[in-house]
Amino acid sequence: MSEANKISVKNLNFHYGNFHALKNISLGIPDNRVTAFIGPSGCGKSTLLRTFNRMYQLYPKQVATGEIILDGENVLDPKQDLNLLRAKVGMVFQKPTPFPMSIYDNIAFGIKLYENLKKTELNDRVEWALQKATLWNEVKDKLDQSGTSLSGGQQQRLCIARGIAVRPEVLLLDEPCSALDPISTARIEELIHELKSDYTIVIVTHNMQQAARVSDYTAYMYLGELIEFGVTDMMFTKPSRRETEDYITGKFG
Amino acid sequence: MIALDQKRYLRRRILNAFNLSISMLTVSFALFFLAWILWTLFSNGLSHIGLSTITQMTPPPGSKGGLLNAIAGSLYMVSMAVLIGTPVGILAGTYLAEFGRSGWLAPTTRFINDILLSAPSIVIGLFVYELVVHRMGHFSGWAGALALALIVLPVVVRTTENMLQLVPNSLREAAAALGAPQWKIVVMVSYRAARAGMLTGILLAVARVSGETAPLLFTALNNQFWSNDLNGPMSSLAVIIFQFAMSPYEDWHHLAWSGALLITLFVLGLNILARSIFRKGSNE
Repeated sequence: MSEANKISVKNLNFHYGNFHALKNISLGIPDNRVTAFIGPSGCGKSTLLRTFNRMYQLYPKQVATGEIILDGENVLDPKQDLNLLRAKVGMVFQKPTPFPMSIYDNIAFGIKLYENLKKTELNDRVEWALQKATLWNEVKDKLDQSGTSLSGGQQQRLCIARGIAVRPEVLLLDEPCSALDPISTARIEELIHELKSDYTIVIVTHNMQQAARVSDYTAYMYLGELIEFGVTDMMFTKPSRRETEDYITGKFG
Repeated sequence: MIALDQKRYLRRRILNAFNLSISMLTVSFALFFLAWILWTLFSNGLSHIGLSTITQMTPPPGSKGGLLNAIAGSLYMVSMAVLIGTPVGILAGTYLAEFGRSGWLAPTTRFINDILLSAPSIVIGLFVYELVVHRMGHFSGWAGALALALIVLPVVVRTTENMLQLVPNSLREAAAALGAPQWKIVVMVSYRAARAGMLTGILLAVARVSGETAPLLFTALNNQFWSNDLNGPMSSLAVIIFQFAMSPYEDWHHLAWSGALLITLFVLGLNILARSIFRKGSNE
């Protein structure tokens, strides 16, 4: 791997209370590429994802130690400004989470937090984000309707649009398609392909075919440990570890 | 199909029919008394309600009159109670649901609030009597409003907390993931998601205090005349009903029934409003 890393994880450990959820994880997330985390339920892949924007910090008793270097700065440093970090590292969740406000305001909410745009600039940005998320044509005539009135697949694309509207550098996707039908899933996967030229994307998925389809790099995790990390094509054709092969071929998991 | 155990199935059906009839019986038992109360109120109160009820003052025994000063007094004190109790209640409920997730302060506050919620209203009346009336040296509408506010407060705290807890954490996470500071998450996301429920809680608190008599007896007392001065004694529907119903005069009895019917209709209206707002809010 000769590519530049956007995020470098070094000796990361994570505890939920007494439970040791991540054990000495070290890996590099390459810039402007899609990296997938796969592994059976409870292996720590979502936990790892949630350390990158320190989402875990909303809850007491969740502690991460080690280093996560993003653009030369340690994300885990207590001095790190959480809100600025999260503006830079966007996240989309498993279940669509439209805010109880209009489609327009759903997108504008995040933008207004950090930028003071003129009305026309704001309109342009909202349209740009919805275009990027391939939702614009479906919602352009009903921007004032509630975001919750959209279908599940549309809601998830709305959430992706909301995430990219603040122009983050990294986009974390936590099983973004697990609540969606195959057609919506295909659209989201196309979208990931398009977005990777501008963003560093990390995706957690239960679906190995999805990891194979969308990602450039894959990390296989099991019981809080990183078993193998490498180029996706290699991982799925010639994994170097026996455990990875067993999981990918379906003998286990 | 596998052979059915007929005996077992029959027993299940009999048990089902039995349980169903017992629950229908208890429902009709409860509804019977509710209907009886409403019937008594309407048959005694409706014939004496007229324009004079809401345009004239409470009369001395033997002469004609209405309930205007009592209605106005109730409205004054209940609105003041809501104006005092609601902001404090919403802020406290917000603290309990959104900020006090760890530490000892939130559980303690919640426990004390539960005690306040179930405190007999006469105790609250006596407390405010000692605190305000005794020190000021006279009964007043402010004291009445304060006593009612102390009853509104725990209801609003509780409903605000419960409604905010119904807001899924995933929404808060989503807002936090955009880099929103916590106060913005609360105001822009949690409040919006919970507003129908919070409004319902306030309306139910209003319904609860509009019939309270005990806390007003010790605080606002009563006033036979028109008064919009919250610094002096003030009339209220509940206290007038109490006074007039206990009196030996026939026409005062009629007014007491009219007042009781008015309060009931008001509370019924508030409940219907609260339900329709809540339903509309949760359908969004």
